[in-house]
Amino acid sequence: MNNKSKNAFLNYGLVIVFFVVFQALLSTGNISSLLKGLLVPMTAYMILAISLNLVVGISGELSLGHAGFMSIGAFTAAFVEGVILNNIKMEGPLSKNLGVQILIFVISVIVAAVFAAIAGFLIGIPVLRLNGDYLAIVTLAFGEIIKNIFNCIYISIDETGVHISDKNPSLDASFAGKMILEGPQGSVIKKVSIFAAGIILLLLVLIIVQNLVNSKAGRAIMAMRDNRIAAESSGLPIKKYKLMAFTISAAIAGAGGALFALNSTGITPKQFDFNASILILVFVVLGGIGNMTGSMIAAALLYILPEMLRELDVQKYRMLIYAVLLIAVMLITNNEKIRALAGRVFKKKDKVSVKPEAGKEA
Amino acid sequence: MSEKKEKEFVLETNHLGIDFGGLTAVDEFNIGIGKTEIMGLIGPNGAGKTTIFNLLTKVYEPTRGNIILDGKDTHGMNPAAVNQAGIARTFQNIRLFDKLSVEDNVKIGLHNHINYGLFTGVFRLPKYWSEEKKAHEKALELLDIFGMADQADVRADSLPYGAQRRLEIVRALATGPKILLLDEPAAGMNPSETEELMKNIKKIRDDFGIAVMLIEHDMKLVMGICENIAVLNFGKVIAKGSPSEIQSNPQVIEAYLGTKKENA
Repeated sequence: MNNKSKNAFLNYGLVIVFFVVFQALLSTGNISSLLKGLLVPMTAYMILAISLNLVVGISGELSLGHAGFMSIGAFTAAFVEGVILNNIKMEGPLSKNLGVQILIFVISVIVAAVFAAIAGFLIGIPVLRLNGDYLAIVTLAFGEIIKNIFNCIYISIDETGVHISDKNPSLDASFAGKMILEGPQGSVIKKVSIFAAGIILLLLVLIIVQNLVNSKAGRAIMAMRDNRIAAESSGLPIKKYKLMAFTISAAIAGAGGALFALNSTGITPKQFDFNASILILVFVVLGGIGNMTGSMIAAALLYILPEMLRELDVQKYRMLIYAVLLIAVMLITNNEKIRALAGRVFKKKDKVSVKPEAGKEA
Repeated sequence: MSEKKEKEFVLETNHLGIDFGGLTAVDEFNIGIGKTEIMGLIGPNGAGKTTIFNLLTKVYEPTRGNIILDGKDTHGMNPAAVNQAGIARTFQNIRLFDKLSVEDNVKIGLHNHINYGLFTGVFRLPKYWSEEKKAHEKALELLDIFGMADQADVRADSLPYGAQRRLEIVRALATGPKILLLDEPAAGMNPSETEELMKNIKKIRDDFGIAVMLIEHDMKLVMGICENIAVLNFGKVIAKGSPSEIQSNPQVIEAYLGTKKENA
């Protein structure tokens, strides 16, 4: 118990330190405009990594369609923003109205989480009947399905209300409304989220996930992961808990997607394809499956790294360096000797060796 | 055991059987276990002993027959529901929650006795703290049966083999069963550990007032603590009775040794 809460507070501390450092750099102007623009998406990907870690690390199911839930959150945020801006009167541009920005952000994140949770729940019912590789393939399929649905939906808004169609209404000469989602072209968004809002959301997500893991439900979810038959025989309704983990994870991914969308000037369905799902999975695997601290650090570093390489002279070889680094990190972290060395340096307290018993087994 | 108690069965099976394809693994398994009885299930390897445990806990759905637990037919229940109804078990090949602590393993056993919801857990409302405190105390109390309370924070997979077997029993006990099924509880234990285990099984029966059914190859343990024994061979019960009856039963001797020779 003690070690677990220590670990949890370590993570909160880490996030706060992260925020303070970057906020200090921001306010003193000691930060490149490139990095400045990356801070919020980076936070969003940290949230996504935590969310996927809940499925992969805690619940032990491989999901390859996480970007699908992220896109549901992102487009929901675009929609909510469109509706709010259409129904609210304000003076001056949006960037001068902090109250409206906060309103849009909070409502978007909540609605995005709810919508993504509903999608996660509905997809989870059939998907979670499968195990292992099969489950991974089907989640991949659902991720693509979600992307393709957004690719052919057109949402517009005018005085009569919201219109959803599978044909582009703006091609019609008499169209007088405002497009919110324009099929493959996606949505145009007015930027509202700021770094601080992202950090608050990240902290909230961390609190929810870490508290969940250390609660009755979290134990049940991990029990299923470690031994399904024993979990069932201990009286755990495993379907319920599997679905719970998947739904909560989807909701968090939706919230992360909303944060991501609201920081951009526009989003397209193509941004949330299979590659995005894999990118999130790479954060989780590299950070250590089941390790929330690792997920966050890996997400932050790996999101920034390819962008930072852009600034250097090595531009051309940017993705090559990225790939080599990924392989190097994987090799190094899986090297027995290096792990043993790291183990000696950072002595883990939770791995207390067992006292030798009197008269041990034959 | 008084006569009256013997007749009141906590677990009863009628014509229980299962086929795997064309193979009949268990057939015509009829048994009744008294409320605080310790019953042994023995037989040569492959006789179908573990299959019977899997049938009783609904890991397998029986092909024939029924299982009556405390007067209720368990037909249609899944393993989780059977556990909640009162059957807890351990496994021949240990199935612990390896990456969790010893205490968490027991708390998972206590799962259905901890009363708070998802929301309370995530936002740590006062009920979370009080229920978790209760669970913590209860878990330590249960671990103390086997003197394992000081290992509560150790990861389950780092326990020595014998301790892992004991932890499985504690976890099963934590679910609050009416009958405890132990699948080879003494496997891999040395004689002194087995001795200790025998005492503890009896103690559990007496303290918790539950029935125990155990599969075991260690005849010293079986003959020492079981009040009744059923012998299984090729999926069928070939003998039932008290330890002394079983020891002198010619069919049992034949099943174990192949030919009629003096019991060594």
